[in-house]
Amino acid sequence: MSIINRREFLAGSSALAGLSFMSLAGCSKKTDSIRVGFMLPYTGTYAKLGMAIENGFRLALGELGDKPFGKTIDFYTVDDESNPAKATDNANKIMTRDNVDVVIGTVHSGVAMGMIKVAKDTGSLVIVPNAGANAATGAMCAPNVFRTSFSNWQPTHPLGKIMVEQGLKKSIFVTWKYGAGEEASASFREGFEAAGGEVIKELFVPFPNVEFQAILTEIASLRPDAVACFFAGGGAVKFVKDYAAAGLKKSIPLFGSGFLTEGVLDAQGDAAEGVTTTLHYADQLQNAKNKAFREAYRLAYSEEADVYAVQGYDAGLLLIKALQETSGDLSQKVKAIQAMEGAEIDSPRGAWKMSKSHNPIQNFYTMKVRNGVNEVVGTAWENLEDPAVGCALKEL
Amino acid sequence: MDAITFFIQAMNGIQYGLLLFLVATGLTLIFGIMGVINIAHGSFYMVGAYLAWSLMGWFGNFWVGLFAGVLVALFLGLALEWLFIRFLYDRDHLQQVLVTYGLILIFSELRSILWGDDVHSVPIPELLSGSIQLTENLAYPIYRLWLSGVCIVIAILMYVGIQHTRLGMMIRAGESDRDMTKALGINIGLVYRFVFALGVSLAAFSGMISAPIASVFPGMGNQVLIVSFVVVVIGGLGSIKGAMVAALMVGLIDTFGKVLNVNILGINILPEMAGMSIFALMAIILMFRPQGIFGKGH
Repeated sequence: MSIINRREFLAGSSALAGLSFMSLAGCSKKTDSIRVGFMLPYTGTYAKLGMAIENGFRLALGELGDKPFGKTIDFYTVDDESNPAKATDNANKIMTRDNVDVVIGTVHSGVAMGMIKVAKDTGSLVIVPNAGANAATGAMCAPNVFRTSFSNWQPTHPLGKIMVEQGLKKSIFVTWKYGAGEEASASFREGFEAAGGEVIKELFVPFPNVEFQAILTEIASLRPDAVACFFAGGGAVKFVKDYAAAGLKKSIPLFGSGFLTEGVLDAQGDAAEGVTTTLHYADQLQNAKNKAFREAYRLAYSEEADVYAVQGYDAGLLLIKALQETSGDLSQKVKAIQAMEGAEIDSPRGAWKMSKSHNPIQNFYTMKVRNGVNEVVGTAWENLEDPAVGCALKEL
Repeated sequence: MDAITFFIQAMNGIQYGLLLFLVATGLTLIFGIMGVINIAHGSFYMVGAYLAWSLMGWFGNFWVGLFAGVLVALFLGLALEWLFIRFLYDRDHLQQVLVTYGLILIFSELRSILWGDDVHSVPIPELLSGSIQLTENLAYPIYRLWLSGVCIVIAILMYVGIQHTRLGMMIRAGESDRDMTKALGINIGLVYRFVFALGVSLAAFSGMISAPIASVFPGMGNQVLIVSFVVVVIGGLGSIKGAMVAALMVGLIDTFGKVLNVNILGINILPEMAGMSIFALMAIILMFRPQGIFGKGH
């Protein structure tokens, strides 16, 4: 039994062919508009992050008014579903079919790497608003690829310093066995050993498994001074709760990169009390820019901004630098790239500069959870720059 | 690893195994008895967890929320069987996979629309919120022990229900010969509808009682789906006993795989490859018993 007959199939496929022809016809570039593409996850686990990034970005561009430089801004979106297998297709769709001037994307590192490979061929301007893979501004760095978030090397690097300062010299690192986790673990070890600490064991949990009981028992029997970890989202909630439920928090303090508590602090509840993290943004930062940003974000979207919204917002601020330099004509690519390379961004996270490899040189703040609030207790590292291993980018 | 740590790890493994059994048992029912590959099983687990979060918040009581949640899941199961699954019994597995895959997408979108994409947590009921001090720095939450107890009770109920009741007899009859059972005047359609609803409720129930320790988040269903299939395949399709044995094996292997060091030629084999250990177990068992440990083979 056939589900669709041949005629229906032919009719359907010719309709499809018509569609793709139309989109090709629409390809000729209008110069009276700025074409911005979002390649972000709008469905799946990271949907919320994708939306926060887009919201932040639109908020920044909104500061330019309705018709910046006499042009309209046209937005194009592709849902990348955080699916690396579709990354090349999706990147081609937005870069070639929609022919955008700049792509904002994405959250998932695997998808970002696929996207960057395509961008290297098409020469499209790309601003990465989250994905942390070191290679994006390391071995795979490119003149047309910028990042406004962080490299995986950055958030766990300052942890070692603050732990040793507190006299905690023997530590275990726990994370998921996957790219970001391994990069976070390597960077933690580097920072901790440089500060005089010793990583007595690295424990990996298969990604995205959230059964931690075996790991917790191992930690209890090894008795380190402290535990550092890298988890995010649902896994972060479960790890922090399990850690507290196993009674370990009382004797072995827990540290982590800020993703451990970001956006999930409410779900962690009492279990998160006393957890210390480092991140490039803290919602409690007391600077004028952050207050104004949080207020504007709340007004526009009736929800609280998070680090992902800030990264999206900064992607917008970065693009504005390029627009100002080129009077809104992003086809002057060299000028646009030069503007972004020299950019100093007045961000809610504090001012930061673009590094030679196109990754933010930024402060990392120490936060400690007290009474359900992630209080900023200090700056763990000022102007931390990713080592950009394998990147030989020359300024244009 | 000293003796006490070993003992605690073994307990962790058994506890995890029992939880796996609970998650997988609904799948083995539907897969084994009705012959339907239901890859939306993980979605029902997720729906259960979200139901627990909203219903327990609504009623302000864990137990009432749990009861209401099971009822909702039961009706969801009945409705889904009537709407989709009953058309699949005579179709091949590919079409079953397509339909139930579609259900995954639908449930994930519905979840996003109804509940949003946030991570939530469900408080542990006060009665079970304490913990037992095992060593000087390690405690064991009472809720986890209670969870193991619930899993054992469910296992016994299922075994008795299927082996020693009239309904169980009808279910087993339908499994061996659907048409002949029908000819004997048993409304096999109704029996299947019930079995499917039971499978859905079991998945949702395990999501509900896992919610206080597992937290509630969008991708949670996919995580349990694969390991559930591993348990069902190792144990043998449709065998409750097999699911129990396989779940305990997988639980223990997974637990020890994460922490035991086995050095072969200077390479740390186990913790590095912990993600593969349960699949390696499955491959080895299927090599010697392709029908699974307690599978009948067809």
